Amino acid sequence: MSDAVILPVETVVPRTGSATARMVASPSVVGGFILVGAVVAIALLAPLLAPHDPYAQDLTRRLVPPIWHEKGIWSNPLGTDNLGRDYLSRLLYGARISLLIGLAVMLISGLIGTTLGLVAGYFGGRTDLVISFIITARLAMPVVLVALAVVAVIGGSLPVVILTLGLLKWDRFAVVMRSATQQVRSLDYVTAAEAAGASRLRVLLGEILPNVFPHLIVVATVEAGSAILLEAALSFLGLGVQPPLPSWGLMIAEAKNFMFFSFWLIAIPGTALALLVLGINLLGDGLRDVFAPEGRA
Amino acid sequence: MAVAQAQPPVLAVEGLSVTIRTPAGPLHAVRDASFDVHRGETVCLVGESGCGKSMTSLAIMDLLPPTAKRQARRLAFAGTDLARASRAEVNALRGNRMAMIFQEPMTALNPAWTIGEQLIEVYRRHKRSSHSEARDRAIDLLAKVGIASPAERLGQYPHQLSGGLRQRVMIAMALMCGPDLIIADEPTTALDVTIQAQILRLLKSLQREFGIALLLITHDLGVVARIADRVHVMYAGAIVESATTKELFAHPCHPYTRGLLSCLPRSGVIESGTRLGTIPGVVPSLIGGIEGCAFRSRCQHARAGCAEALPVRFPSTTHRYVCVEDFSATAKLGEAMA
Repeated sequence: MSDAVILPVETVVPRTGSATARMVASPSVVGGFILVGAVVAIALLAPLLAPHDPYAQDLTRRLVPPIWHEKGIWSNPLGTDNLGRDYLSRLLYGARISLLIGLAVMLISGLIGTTLGLVAGYFGGRTDLVISFIITARLAMPVVLVALAVVAVIGGSLPVVILTLGLLKWDRFAVVMRSATQQVRSLDYVTAAEAAGASRLRVLLGEILPNVFPHLIVVATVEAGSAILLEAALSFLGLGVQPPLPSWGLMIAEAKNFMFFSFWLIAIPGTALALLVLGINLLGDGLRDVFAPEGRA
Repeated sequence: MAVAQAQPPVLAVEGLSVTIRTPAGPLHAVRDASFDVHRGETVCLVGESGCGKSMTSLAIMDLLPPTAKRQARRLAFAGTDLARASRAEVNALRGNRMAMIFQEPMTALNPAWTIGEQLIEVYRRHKRSSHSEARDRAIDLLAKVGIASPAERLGQYPHQLSGGLRQRVMIAMALMCGPDLIIADEPTTALDVTIQAQILRLLKSLQREFGIALLLITHDLGVVARIADRVHVMYAGAIVESATTKELFAHPCHPYTRGLLSCLPRSGVIESGTRLGTIPGVVPSLIGGIEGCAFRSRCQHARAGCAEALPVRFPSTTHRYVCVEDFSATAKLGEAMA
């Protein structure tokens, strides 16, 4: 206490401190990191953590309630589903699917959208006109319906879902990157870099990208979260990941017939989904604040 | 100056025009501007906001916005024809042999990189040197522009420096590759008065040390008097009067130049207690063509001939102005009247 009184200046330091120091000081980064980190750890260590094979059915032990229920048993801490598969094991393996979808869709759509947005924002003029038209055309398509149609025609599987969502969900990247680039490109330091002989590619990647990066982080996390939810929705509708793969969305879909008598079947994967998406969004929000160059200006 | 004139100029601009596309029609931001900048010489382009002086500097550096078109009979920099050079050729010159200092030091440095990263990158891009060599040069130059403990400053971000320090960093960055020409667009406008004086002194001494040609864009006649060898007065996109600094302040000829000088408080010339002069009216619209003299709507000497082609008058070999009225003989008298 007394130290804080003697050195009040110290309280201002985190703003200008190293990125690591500012990350540790931000509650949303820490909270998001713990949530996402936990899911990543679960996904990586699923074979070690899972008490049973997630695909092993045992029809003699169907719909066993979780352990906090009075009929719960320790061999299946989160109970079993309607085919007698261990729910905990399926939940742990399901984390892999969700993370894989979130990450892969984010990378594919991020690459497409960021490239389009940067190019449109930087070059402007006719280039911008063409790319804006492509973005508008894409925005006119309802993602879920198009994804449903594509998956219905080609057939649902993990790679198809990833590619479909990746090729559809770049619109927000493109829109945000385009307007962020337009703002940054008119700033003096971009002109100064051009005046110092930097090539266009160099200006785009070296001057503009680092300064729109905070926006990119936010969009990327929001999109990863939304991709995970979309996959869950597609799987719920039966057109996403196909059984018997343990996807969280599929688990909710399979549980919907039993929700009035075995509520946990929906609540458990639903909570897991919500926590993961919450964690990703918290992390994105916090990282934006940490990396924002405006914060340092 | 006579020695400098004997060599070919570092920068030769002849008949430079910049036209900006606007919804209302083409805007003639620069009209037929011609001037030379020699080695070791400071040339000032002076004029009020919107007179085309910044557009001139951007046109030379090929940094015009996409809506603006540049035309020139001749735009030569140290033997290279800038009007015909490819983008790659221009990029090889920019930052290397011709550098630019911007008005706003608070925004002209990239907030995402440290001072050192930005200085070193410019040098390595053009000189293909090692990192340590570029770093040594950056430290040298930061010390030269008057920054204490330069090695520590290299690791700092722009937001950690004051405006004056950032402008010094910008100057150091312009000097990194040892340019022949530096274009400074209002380099002191964003700084407070004491820092302005320091930066001008620094520019002058560095120019003398390295023999750089300096093209300074300013609206401030005080800056002109302090630093310039030659001055070009711009009005509505055209150069209306060119002279050495001495001639311009002693014998201003063009009515616009005289008007500008009468707006300036000068000790010994303008008595205390008298009102400073003003120029009535506003700058004419630059959209569409301007026939004859652009200043005639505000000029007290205006007459019928002002709307036609104007004669170029030469009071001396280094002094020229464009006006129907001949003020060459009455220049000294006009000075006394002002």
